[in-house]
Amino acid sequence: MNRPMANPPGSAPTGPVDGLTFQGVEISLAGRRLLSLDRVVAPGETLTVMGPSGSGKSTLFAFVAGFLDPAFTARGRIALNGTDLTKLAPQRRHLGLVFQDALLFPHMSVGENLLFALPPGIRGGNARQAAAEAMLAEVGLAGLFSRDPATLSGGQAARVALARTLLAEPRALLLDEPFSRLDQALRAATRDLVFARIRERNIPAILVTHDPADAAAAGGDLVVIGEAEAGEGETVGAPTAATAP
Amino acid sequence: MADDLPVRRSRSVAAVAVPLILALPVAIGLVGVLLPAFGYLPALGGDDFSLDPFRQLLATPGLMVSALLSLASGLVTTAIATLGVALLLAAYHGTTAVRVMRQALAPLLAVPHAAAAFGLAFLIAPSGLIFRLLAWPLGITRPPDLLIIGDPLGLSMMAALVAKEMPFLLLVAFAALPQADPDRRLRLAASLGYGRMAGFLLTVWPGVYRQIRLPVLAVAAYASGVVDVALILGPSTPAPLAVRLVAWMNDPDLSRRFVASAGALLQLAVTAAVLGTWFAGERIAAAIGRRITTGGRRFGRDGALRPVAAMPVILAGGAVFFGLVWLSVWSIAGFWAYPAILPPSLSLATWSRSLAGAGGPLANTFLVAILSASVALFLVIVLLEARRRQFRASAGRVVRLTPAVAALIYLPLLVPQIAFVFGLEVAILAAGLEPSIPLLAAVHLVFVAPYVALALADPWFAVDPRYEQVSASLGHGAVTTLFRIRLPILTHAVLTALAIGFATSVGQYLPTLLIGAGRLTTITTEAVALSSGGNRRVIGAYALLQTLLPFLAFILSGTLPRLLSGGRLAMKRG
Repeated sequence: MNRPMANPPGSAPTGPVDGLTFQGVEISLAGRRLLSLDRVVAPGETLTVMGPSGSGKSTLFAFVAGFLDPAFTARGRIALNGTDLTKLAPQRRHLGLVFQDALLFPHMSVGENLLFALPPGIRGGNARQAAAEAMLAEVGLAGLFSRDPATLSGGQAARVALARTLLAEPRALLLDEPFSRLDQALRAATRDLVFARIRERNIPAILVTHDPADAAAAGGDLVVIGEAEAGEGETVGAPTAATAP
Repeated sequence: MADDLPVRRSRSVAAVAVPLILALPVAIGLVGVLLPAFGYLPALGGDDFSLDPFRQLLATPGLMVSALLSLASGLVTTAIATLGVALLLAAYHGTTAVRVMRQALAPLLAVPHAAAAFGLAFLIAPSGLIFRLLAWPLGITRPPDLLIIGDPLGLSMMAALVAKEMPFLLLVAFAALPQADPDRRLRLAASLGYGRMAGFLLTVWPGVYRQIRLPVLAVAAYASGVVDVALILGPSTPAPLAVRLVAWMNDPDLSRRFVASAGALLQLAVTAAVLGTWFAGERIAAAIGRRITTGGRRFGRDGALRPVAAMPVILAGGAVFFGLVWLSVWSIAGFWAYPAILPPSLSLATWSRSLAGAGGPLANTFLVAILSASVALFLVIVLLEARRRQFRASAGRVVRLTPAVAALIYLPLLVPQIAFVFGLEVAILAAGLEPSIPLLAAVHLVFVAPYVALALADPWFAVDPRYEQVSASLGHGAVTTLFRIRLPILTHAVLTALAIGFATSVGQYLPTLLIGAGRLTTITTEAVALSSGGNRRVIGAYALLQTLLPFLAFILSGTLPRLLSGGRLAMKRG
């Protein structure tokens, strides 16, 4: 279940590490351990997390993003480029979230959705619009700036959502079954688009999915959680051997 | 998340403080009647505790009849209104007729109780529309000598309450229906051979009723302590308990206030008896339902019954609607003798006279309503947001108000107004406060906030939490996210809640009468005061004016979101 993978070159085993580091991360619900994880996801790499529904994949996602329900208890440290994320408010973590739904804000146009994401450092209406238009062109949707999100096709909406995420210049990406709502043809194209951006920007990513084809396309490490289904009391986490030697 | 702790603490403080703020006046008001009821009110010379007020109360002639009228009013009104809703939905859920009815009944929410009561009075009075229509077939030339308005059993009063509350409960039930999964359950029941009505009542209705139980109980409490409708249509020999209490509270002989306080406690007991009986009725109904369910009879042939089942709602909606039409006809009628069905001449004289006098009360009504509705909206949003943030999205749990918080917020709907508003008035007098717009708005807030919370809670908790997660991951803080994501997405729900709050305030009679103390009048107190005079043209004009304000609020809440959203498709639903 665990594909052996050489540590990417350049990721130092000790000291502040570039990328996303999980140190002794453990999440439990009412005393029952859901998952545990010790990993380093290097910049440009994607860690794929698989498991049946209800296994805690989304719980891991919520913990990294900072939305863990207080009913869960989580331990351990998650560091992004050496900064402990668990101490930061969600809006200060610089993580890009991509869900299975595009979740474009329905009261804003496509362009407004993008401008909402663009950091305030880029000033002036024209400069901001140009940046947003450029990103739209990058995901192959030039000219849709003024469109109502409700008029987009599923594939277009997914690409606008990706564009919105990338515009905020995230330092890591969290992908929660991002392709499961797309049909086969679109899924392959969107996958390529996403993983190309991850490599190009050289940021770490976590992909939560139950589609093995997603995992293959991601091309990085694979962690399977929740093999032992609810009721057995414990869940198999990633073997600790996966951490740096 | 150590730095998150103080924030979370302030959230839980808000989650507790807001309900306490809203329930506090009820507590103060109850103490304010409890002390005088036992003879203690130093301002009026009551320095010692005694049972004299209760002795005087029990010696009051006709007290038993008054109390029984109130009891019957609460039970009969609620039973008929709830049954009518259940029967209509059972017979016609999912048909075009019901969809049309939903559209048609929605505006009736805006009609205040007093206006609905006046409208019904104009229809059923001996000289009203019905007996004008019957005049020719029956060959009568003079209004029949019948005691319809103010009948000793309070039947026309209860009819008006049913007519007003049934559309309200129906709209609440419409909102609750989807969660009871009606279509699949009905198909399943039908495939097992159950008739349409039996299938609905046995498989869908229990789930709907569970959700609308609070509004149903609020109707029961309201109907058992109602004043304005009882003044317009209720009996006077003797009057229902709440009406007699108001008379004692306003008696020039200040010592009557001790008796009034004791009476307020009796009212509290009557309403408690109504609710207790209702709870027992719920159990009996559930037992009957179980028995029928396990008995396995299919009741397959209910076709003939369906039109009958729709009658209560049609009669109720029709009564309010035609009542309003008839009020407006009277307001522009010139000389109009029985049995002419339409006035032979029209005149705007009534309107020009009424409008000249109604300006002040209208302005008061508007100011108090907009103030109390806005503050209620603010408090409810603080409360809901505090509650929501105690949860995070990942667990997929359903977020609801805790039962304790819900009980505190909805308390003012379950305690009869007269039982604590009088005590509140006593407390306000004791504190030396003068009647003023902010004071009146603060008292209205107690009744407005529960309805705003009822209207806003479900949509507030239904927004996909991932929208806010996306916003936060883009680097935006909680305040930006609230104002730029959550509130815009909820524009329609927020404005509807505001309009419902506004309409609730406009309709308030008793709190306005007691707290305004005659120095602050609203269009509602003015309209009800006209009922004893019997000038139909002026009553028609005032009742319409009273309906107009909430109606405009609902129209604005329906159209503003469309203007604000810039025509975005996904924002048009709802």
